[in-house]
Amino acid sequence: MSIEVRDGGLFSTVQDMGRKGYQRFGVPVSGAMDTYSAAVANRLVGNDVQSAVLECTFTGPVLRFTEPALIAFTGCEAPLTLDGIPVASWESHLVKAGSVLAVGSAAMGCRGYLAVAGGIDTPVVMGSRSTFVRGALGGLNGRALKAGDVLPVGQAKTVAEPGRFATFAQRVTLPRETTSVRVMFGPEEDMFTAEARDIFISADYKVTTESDRMGYRMQGPTLSHKIKADILSGGIAPGSVQVPGHGQPIIMLADRQSIGGYAKIATVIGADLPLLCQMRPGQSVRFVPVSREEAVTALRQLESLRDSKLHGPSPRRQFSVRLGSQLIKVDLQEFLGE
Amino acid sequence: MLVEFGRELCPDDNRRVHDLAAKLTVMQLPGIIECVPAFGSLMVSLDPLVQDGEQLVAICREVISSGCADQGNPPLVVEIPVLYGGEFGPDLLDVSSETGLSQEEVITLHTAKPYLVYMIGFMPGYPYLGGLDQRLSVPRLKSPRTKVPAGSVAIAEQLTGIYSVNSPGGWRLIGRTPVPLYIPEENPPTLLRPGDYVRFVPVGAEQYQALEEDIAASLYVPVTYPLEGEVAK
Repeated sequence: MSIEVRDGGLFSTVQDMGRKGYQRFGVPVSGAMDTYSAAVANRLVGNDVQSAVLECTFTGPVLRFTEPALIAFTGCEAPLTLDGIPVASWESHLVKAGSVLAVGSAAMGCRGYLAVAGGIDTPVVMGSRSTFVRGALGGLNGRALKAGDVLPVGQAKTVAEPGRFATFAQRVTLPRETTSVRVMFGPEEDMFTAEARDIFISADYKVTTESDRMGYRMQGPTLSHKIKADILSGGIAPGSVQVPGHGQPIIMLADRQSIGGYAKIATVIGADLPLLCQMRPGQSVRFVPVSREEAVTALRQLESLRDSKLHGPSPRRQFSVRLGSQLIKVDLQEFLGE
Repeated sequence: MLVEFGRELCPDDNRRVHDLAAKLTVMQLPGIIECVPAFGSLMVSLDPLVQDGEQLVAICREVISSGCADQGNPPLVVEIPVLYGGEFGPDLLDVSSETGLSQEEVITLHTAKPYLVYMIGFMPGYPYLGGLDQRLSVPRLKSPRTKVPAGSVAIAEQLTGIYSVNSPGGWRLIGRTPVPLYIPEENPPTLLRPGDYVRFVPVGAEQYQALEEDIAASLYVPVTYPLEGEVAK
């Protein structure tokens, strides 16, 4: 089965959990920016969490399904319509053959994830379906979707029911104007002045418009190095906060290069990367230092939430209301969880 | 986790980096996602819920203290043909005037000895080659080029390298090779491996074109031989 792309949206790419084991050849990891939302989208349609999904950015795509499919949309808060009728995010829906699904503009957060039962089935390149646009690698011809594209979908192994949903507690936290993001200091914190380390965790840093899948360039008070900003180039962990000579931090994300030559003051903990990756330019971050133990505990909590039981389909009750001469059908759905 | 052997360019540290990477790979420890070897450090990407960080530190300490494995066979030298100067090496003239050497002298020094491949990275297939003659040491461009063509042979400070894909870049371009360094459909996807040596060989325009044709027709086989004699330091 396949999906016809009517409109690619602003920047929609095929992503899975990333291309692992190829950084030593200089090939970036890539993969979903908000891995939490991507994983839950997959679980809602009965896929393995590693399956490839569509990651859309700010404004999503318009897609026509050639065959019936089970889909779920997670991540940012964006209007989702099926043949023009609004449908809920974080819930699986059955799409009829010929139906058109449209993802509108994000109101909160900026990255949405569309999972289809069976997974997006573009070719596996170096062990992954993830798109790395700068390297024209993976995904659909190594680029973002555009009108006229046809996306292949794999055969679903398990049949999940429509109406399966994630409660509010099971959804990704979407960032507000100022959001706390937890970091661990290092690996090169010793290259910064004591004052710089204090400023880093007490000032707000704004996400600039020069932010993308490769990294977020932040703007705030200058962070000074003791002697120099350059290090003997080395590997970069996801969430690394590198600070070049200009003293403004850059947080390295999914499409980061494999090797970097700037001192890294801190690393955003894995559990807070989904939240960070939903931040939009103009929003601010307050970095909060935590220990390695706290970082591991937070990751464990997030992963157990990711794997926690999903609900549904929830009971529905239908009744009609007469309004003047009009008879309006009301579809009530009990919301479990909160 | 980052294992740091040194913060200065040093071939011995680099050997220890690759030795640890190779040993950790063979051990297939649970929760180790991948190893990213660099000049003097090894980044080990791990799932902390599967592999405890402190335990891994202890394992690494033990592996390191047991010393480096014998290299066995001598390393491989891979010849890289280069057309120097002109439109393929737009910075050769500047490098010549900044170093006070003639263009011919720059080429002679650059091709004199094999260079160690310290690591592959930054971009797919990009080899970081160390041991550039000190007389050729020039700073990076103040304002990097927005587009450097694949195959460009470049120098900066104490290093030389080859742009493996089209990309922005701030190194000084002195020539170009037609030999592809990054082949996404092959495994491994790179021509060079860390620990190999690269010997640049100057070629003329006609030879460059002939090589390009051979490569396009899949007739080109890189010239390689075991390392002997002096290397660039």
